[in-house]
Amino acid sequence: MATQYRTIIKDGLWDNNGVLCMLLGMCPTMAMTTSATNGFGMGLATAAVMAASNLLVAMFRGYITHEVRVPVYILIVAAMVTLVDLSMNAWMHELYKVLGLFIPLIVSNCLPLARLEAFASKEKVIPSLLDGLFMGIGFTLSLTAIGAVREIIGSGTLFADASLLLGPAFKFMEMRVLPSDMNVLVMVLPPGGFMATGFMVVGKRILDLRAGKQISMGGAHAVG
Amino acid sequence: MSKPTYIHGVILGAFCLGFGVILAATDRLTAEPIEQRALDDKQNSLSQVIPVSIHDNNPVKDTLTLNHDGKDITVYRATRDGKVTGVAYQIEGTGYGGEIRLMMAVDAEGKILGVRALAHKETPGLGDKIDAAKTDWITRFTGLSLGAPPVEKWKVKKDGGQFDQFSGATITPRGVVKAIREGLEFYAENKTQLLEVR
Repeated sequence: MATQYRTIIKDGLWDNNGVLCMLLGMCPTMAMTTSATNGFGMGLATAAVMAASNLLVAMFRGYITHEVRVPVYILIVAAMVTLVDLSMNAWMHELYKVLGLFIPLIVSNCLPLARLEAFASKEKVIPSLLDGLFMGIGFTLSLTAIGAVREIIGSGTLFADASLLLGPAFKFMEMRVLPSDMNVLVMVLPPGGFMATGFMVVGKRILDLRAGKQISMGGAHAVG
Repeated sequence: MSKPTYIHGVILGAFCLGFGVILAATDRLTAEPIEQRALDDKQNSLSQVIPVSIHDNNPVKDTLTLNHDGKDITVYRATRDGKVTGVAYQIEGTGYGGEIRLMMAVDAEGKILGVRALAHKETPGLGDKIDAAKTDWITRFTGLSLGAPPVEKWKVKKDGGQFDQFSGATITPRGVVKAIREGLEFYAENKTQLLEVR
């Protein structure tokens, strides 16, 4: 059991990372990584939705027939997104003002759907919850990293406005790395998203090759 | 599989019903707090353009709806001792990335009390300098009116006016300056109605 959990965690964070390995969820990845803080916020919201929907699908997996599974998955993801959206707007409004824009975008992310299909529909409740959670955290880390690269080169700052997202205690994270007249604006614009993501994917593969790992392509159906 | 075909429909229907109920319940539960938050937000944006010292009422509650060019404009009024000391309303300009929504407040003499960008989709790093959080560009409108500077100077410098554009972004400030000028014209046209004591 313990080794299975280790594999799930490692898969989510690195080996089968949603963005850097499976290249899923590219729409929010490109749109929301204009800064490290934005990427982080989008990632967290996605992780919450992924954990919840993986859990639900694993719970009901005995009742969902093969023929209607895709509409049911979409229904579950959409319901979770709406639930998170409404309750954050009502009870965590300060956070919602920063994250609010990203939350409906989770529906357009195929990563939750891929994990439901590839993992939660076949596995028990606890492993599915873990898979959703760590796939989500892996997604968060990738988005934060891509956002950090784009932000440093594009605006010269790192974690700008982090205190708006995480609270005033995190003011210390906001820093200026490069002087403001050295910005390469294109990195914050859409082409920068493609460039940063591309180089990160290559970077991950180089690291994997160095470590002697086999590169697996299109690992969406990897066994958890 | 010996399962009859309709069973799939029943399963899908059951899930829809179940999640439908959950969503409806959440919506009911959150409707009131969300409305309250929206009101708080409005109050917040109003307090940025209307100085607290000029009113003793709550401008969010003292509203007036005027029809202007076929559009209904909600005007928030600041009053002190029964007299209208300022009015605030939302204006729209067209920027590089689409509509720019701004909140502007004008005092009883027609001078601008303040302007803030509420929502826009301008390019980060170029057009988003209209945000008060990014630069103080938007604050330079405070105290100006239709006569000062004269109407023909209510343009960006590139068009022969007196307002700075940003390097690399002319369309955004052009849209904002135009929107503010139109906002002042709206005030001038409806002055009597706006300042009328109810």
